[in-house]
Amino acid sequence: MKDRSMVPKAEFESYYGRPIVRPPVWTHDIASYLFTGGLAAGSALLAAGGQATGDVTLRRVGRMTTLGALGASTYFLIIDLGRPERFHHMLRVAKPTSPMSVGTWVLATFGGVAAVAGAAEFAPLLPSRLLKRVLPPVGDVAGFGAAALAPALATYTAVLFADTAVPSWNAVYPELPFMFAGSALASGAGVGLIAAPGKPARRMAVLGAGIELVAGHRVEHGHGLLSEPYQQGRPGTLLKAARLLTAAGAVGAVLGRRSRVVSALSGLSLLAGSALTRFGVFEAGVASAKDPKYTVVPQRERLERRSASSP
Amino acid sequence: MAEAHPVGFQWVIEAKKRGAKIIHVDPRFTRTSALAHSFVPVRAGADIAFLGGVVNYILSNEKDFREYVLAYTNASMIVSEEFQDTEDLDGLFSGFDPETRAYDQSSWQYAGQQDEGQEEGESHVDRETASGLEQESHGPPIPADVPRDPTLQDPRCVYQVLKRHYARYTPEVVERLCGVPQDKFLEVCEAWTANSGRERTTALVYSVGWTQHSVGVQYIRTGAIIQLLLGNMGRPGGGVMALRGHASIQGSTDIPTLFNLLPGYLPMPHVSQHETFGQWIDAIRHPEQKGFWANAKSYAVSLLKSYWGDAATEENDYGYGWLPRLTGDHGTYQQVLDMIDGKIKGYFLLGQNPAVGSAHGRAQRLGMANLDWLVVRDLFMIESATFWKNGPEVETGEIVPEQCKTEVFFMPAASHVEKEGTFTQTQRMLQWREKAVNPPGDARSELWFFYHLGRRLKARLGDSDKSRDEAIKNLTWEYGSSDEPEAELVLKEINGYDLESGKLLSSFTEMKPDGSTAGGCWIYTGVYKDGVNQAARRKPGSEQNYVAPEWGWAWPANRRTLYNRASADPEGNPWSERKKYVWWDAAKGEWTGDDVPDFEKTKPPSYRPPEGASGVEAISGDDAFIMQGDGKGWLYAPSGLIDGPMPTHYEPAESGVANPLYGQQANPTRKVYDRSDNLTNPSAPDRHAEVFPYVFSTSRLTEHHTAGGMSRQLPYLSELQPEMFVEVSPALAAERGLTHLGWAHIVTARAAIEARVMVTDRLRPLRIEGRTVHQLWMPYHWGGEGVVTGDSANDLIGITLDPNVLIQESKVGTCDIRAGRRPAGPGLLAYVKDYRRRAGLEDDSGK
Amino acid sequence: MGSNSLYGPIDPATDAGYVDAPPRMGFFTDTSVCIGCKACEVACKEWNAVPDDGFNLLGQSYDNTGGLSANSWRHVAFIEQPVTSDVLGSVSSSKSPQFLGMPTSEPPGKASPGPTSDFRWLMMSNVCKHCTHAGCLDVCPTGALFRTEFGTVVVQQDICNGCGYCVSGCPYGVIDRREDDGRAWKCTLCYDRIGDGLTPACAKACPTESIQYGELSELRERASRRVADLHSQGVPAARLYGHEEDNGVGGDGAFFLLLDEPEVYGLPPDPTVATRDLPKMWKRAGLAALAMAASAVVAFAGRRG
Repeated sequence: MKDRSMVPKAEFESYYGRPIVRPPVWTHDIASYLFTGGLAAGSALLAAGGQATGDVTLRRVGRMTTLGALGASTYFLIIDLGRPERFHHMLRVAKPTSPMSVGTWVLATFGGVAAVAGAAEFAPLLPSRLLKRVLPPVGDVAGFGAAALAPALATYTAVLFADTAVPSWNAVYPELPFMFAGSALASGAGVGLIAAPGKPARRMAVLGAGIELVAGHRVEHGHGLLSEPYQQGRPGTLLKAARLLTAAGAVGAVLGRRSRVVSALSGLSLLAGSALTRFGVFEAGVASAKDPKYTVVPQRERLERRSASSP
Repeated sequence: MAEAHPVGFQWVIEAKKRGAKIIHVDPRFTRTSALAHSFVPVRAGADIAFLGGVVNYILSNEKDFREYVLAYTNASMIVSEEFQDTEDLDGLFSGFDPETRAYDQSSWQYAGQQDEGQEEGESHVDRETASGLEQESHGPPIPADVPRDPTLQDPRCVYQVLKRHYARYTPEVVERLCGVPQDKFLEVCEAWTANSGRERTTALVYSVGWTQHSVGVQYIRTGAIIQLLLGNMGRPGGGVMALRGHASIQGSTDIPTLFNLLPGYLPMPHVSQHETFGQWIDAIRHPEQKGFWANAKSYAVSLLKSYWGDAATEENDYGYGWLPRLTGDHGTYQQVLDMIDGKIKGYFLLGQNPAVGSAHGRAQRLGMANLDWLVVRDLFMIESATFWKNGPEVETGEIVPEQCKTEVFFMPAASHVEKEGTFTQTQRMLQWREKAVNPPGDARSELWFFYHLGRRLKARLGDSDKSRDEAIKNLTWEYGSSDEPEAELVLKEINGYDLESGKLLSSFTEMKPDGSTAGGCWIYTGVYKDGVNQAARRKPGSEQNYVAPEWGWAWPANRRTLYNRASADPEGNPWSERKKYVWWDAAKGEWTGDDVPDFEKTKPPSYRPPEGASGVEAISGDDAFIMQGDGKGWLYAPSGLIDGPMPTHYEPAESGVANPLYGQQANPTRKVYDRSDNLTNPSAPDRHAEVFPYVFSTSRLTEHHTAGGMSRQLPYLSELQPEMFVEVSPALAAERGLTHLGWAHIVTARAAIEARVMVTDRLRPLRIEGRTVHQLWMPYHWGGEGVVTGDSANDLIGITLDPNVLIQESKVGTCDIRAGRRPAGPGLLAYVKDYRRRAGLEDDSGK
Repeated sequence: MGSNSLYGPIDPATDAGYVDAPPRMGFFTDTSVCIGCKACEVACKEWNAVPDDGFNLLGQSYDNTGGLSANSWRHVAFIEQPVTSDVLGSVSSSKSPQFLGMPTSEPPGKASPGPTSDFRWLMMSNVCKHCTHAGCLDVCPTGALFRTEFGTVVVQQDICNGCGYCVSGCPYGVIDRREDDGRAWKCTLCYDRIGDGLTPACAKACPTESIQYGELSELRERASRRVADLHSQGVPAARLYGHEEDNGVGGDGAFFLLLDEPEVYGLPPDPTVATRDLPKMWKRAGLAALAMAASAVVAFAGRRG
């Protein structure tokens, strides 16, 4: 049993218990995007690995998954806008202070190269002889390009969440990028385990799951009161399930290496774990914004520390 | 004040910032209380006990401003030996006739003047016609010469009479009656007296809810007595200020929408009292009296000349015969009951929503449902225009839309920004408004409506040779050539002009009794002085003295503080440098100062009238209260009030408390309409008072305007207070099982209404006479039309009126409150009927 | 464009690249004279054509608006509060600790002993703070939110695509996305009025000068004088909120005089703009990205190319 008494019951005042910071207006589309974006990144790395090691299946599956996840990501991002028809306004500016702007450009660039890499897989089907010849090498360059951008794609979303006034997102900024990176790796590995199980996918699964679980533990327990939303209620349940699925997926990936079925199940487990991680983190942030306790108490404590340290 | 007059409240805040102490006395903690230094909760309906306690504190501690009191009030005047006080007669003054429930006032007079008092018959007629209201600017009839005792030792002098009358209103009694802790009460007394005198003045500000009591006039009288005793009248920073309930309510008494007054407080002629022109004039000017009313004929003739122009001649008494006559009570509540009884066939409603805003909403709606026709002019389709199809009585089956014979004509009206004209505010100041935008659609100004109505009536009657039509046929009716009449032409007519030269008058002193001048409202004369619309002046306060005489125009004669002669001592010198305002400049031989002196400009302080003088000549150089018959501020009113010369604590018409001071429970002269459709809850000590165990009061919220016609129709205001609610204390909520935001219904002998419950510490039970009295409060803004709708609090209230001015007691009553919603449909009637039965009000013999 | 500093006391207009910017303008809202009339809410809606915010009885004293939102750019909070007399302080002219006079129905002698409990009703008109370092502006990905020459923060409605990031970026919970419209809305400090030398609608409508508009530097001086006055008048609870240039958002363009702790009014006690830590966040993300890349390399290490 986890010891919850570490967090003392908070005494605080509020205005009729109403939230102070506004709960995000984002819907689960954004949580879904976190997953698909991570999956795109993870599978792009998988594809690049396959490409580098001459594992055509892995490359092909990786690139196709990337393409699919990219499409889903774009869809989720656009429909979550209040004015979807204005999605291209994102491209008016490049703004370093806005993780969303940075992310947009990362995603756009990644999307461009990943699309080329993906298209290259269709080269044999094309009528043009020139394209048939030129596309695969171009696709290889693009595939490495996508892989180079993939870690940025997988981790910028952590900054996107952390750079807000949402208490439990903001507080966990040191670990959240690792959690998301691990989750992205795990999901990419999951695709590999389903489509082309092999040593790299298993290694990636173990490494991804490991990073995710370690960072996740810090997120869920290292921030006092602000870790509370990650443990309680629906987000707590989601994250608990995510942890189990991710761990099971990693263990299955290693122990089930002789069985195609176990490998595939492990892959599914990793994918599900990654998705639930994103939903759990998303909902925990929303919960922390809805309850003024998470805004008031840490800020009060900060003020008290400051006044105690100053004469 | 912050609740209903947020804009005016800025000056209270300004004073607070400069160090003034703000005290707020109210049954409940309001937005005003929130900003006050001190909140004094008081039981609704016990104000005279509270203020009487202040009078007692002043007199028993000799805190009065003695020089002022001696010079400017009637403190030293000797009262008739025949006068007996409520202290002697257990709550009645001498002269009470139980038959008519009216006073023979002759014993109230000053010594030697007993013949002057009104007999009970006249007093009864005065009540019927609300003639007490005339005193708003008249000063009732009183002769000039009265015996005095300047030492104030004579047991029959006003000072001593007053002292005896209030001797029992001790801090202990105030605590017992009002629920105000003694230390709290004494804090008020000390603050009020410490901030009055030579160097300081205190203002008493009330909102017109104070008038809505069966003793409303006497409430304000008590305040006036205190302000006179402390020397706060006629001086800067002093006064008794009535905060009016709407824009230009002052204007609507100056140029009245009242049944008993003509413009400038000239009384509407009474069929028997004022048969001839001469009788009417004499009734106004009281030939033997001091003051400016002596020139009443000039004002009256000028008014009639403005009505009828050349048709008004000396031979036909300037058309006096064409004026309508009073035959009795034609007040708004009598009219409603007459509608129910089928005596009134047609009705005009202009910017008024009685279905929601007037006491006894059911009677209002049932009355209007029994008319032949009704004209409603309003900005929106209000409840008073739709009662026949959407009113609560449709739900109970009392009004059947298909059978309701009232033909309703709805005429959309222009709002104040869609037309030009003046507002007259509480300081009697007229401010001209420009038109900002054109009214939408068919909406038109009042001026347009009445101009064209008159024009059409005149056209219709053009061929008539009936004498009854002459009044309309002869009306002067020229207000410009365009479709929209020119408002400035109306203002010019009101100002008055010389009929010969056409020159606009600059002062009412230029009015003539010979028919050579016309003027629509003598007190407004000067508003168009020098041919300039003085009301339109907008000189910033920073560019003139602090009285700001060049902003707008105040009647009379642009005077901002009435009776300001009292701001100087009897010799004409300011009482203090700090409070100098108007003074006598001996070198120039004239009154001067920051304001227009309220005195004849060159009459020196030393002036004493010759023997036998009357009128303006009889005003002595130290008679600061120039409109009073004796030139003095009245601590004791020997005449003019129907319910007594001195305010006395009576319980409200509905009270759970037996009057602790007298055997007389409620105001004995209050106006009662004793009918089966206007029942009064039983009061203590009578049986069944416990059926309606709680005290309720109603008033406004900042967010809404009166009956809601101008606020519940607007989303931006409606969202701020979207539902009818009732405020209760946590203790009452516990007692009746009410939950915050849950439903409750409130019941009286008239109706049951429902509201959402607001449990709040801003209301707390009071300890009265050794027992707990719960008070609850409701806003009265809701009705069935608009963006937000709800039950109307005024449905709970019955019709019981102040005898002097016929204003309803709508700020205090008794009720029951229960959790849950009220029954709907016909079940509602049965529910209320059952309450009446339990209260012993249902008489099976069908009385 | 300027350097867009992320933290610390700066002049925001200059920082945003304006040359010869006019003085920074702002609001000082003195809640000690607020009478809760809500004229600010209505005037704001009238001028800015903000839609109504629904007709809901909230039971939060007289507050039926609830809070700032896309459809309410001014919000008057009402707090009914039992307090002890030491919080209220005492009025210099009264001899005893100030007792506002709430009565008790207890018979004399039966009331519970202890400190005199009393009651007060706080009112406060809340508004966008127009932060020196505005979280909403920092994170806006389209450039819809911008810094005006007056140092205020305004949404360009023709640009905003409703991404909603600003909503989570605001440490005060001010800016909001309008549901049927999809774009983000908030107080503009009446950008269309102040450019013409007019006072913002809310301040213009405020009858008691609770809302004061002017040059921020001057307002700050005025506010500190007001606090000193109130302290000398026996109101020790008076304190300023959001006026300090070294607070977590580099000072608020709209700051307040409060009579209780900020959270009582629904304000964060120590707000910080999240972007302050953005460099650190990117650093952590960079490390995580490296770890991710490294993991991928390790995963495929040893395989033939």
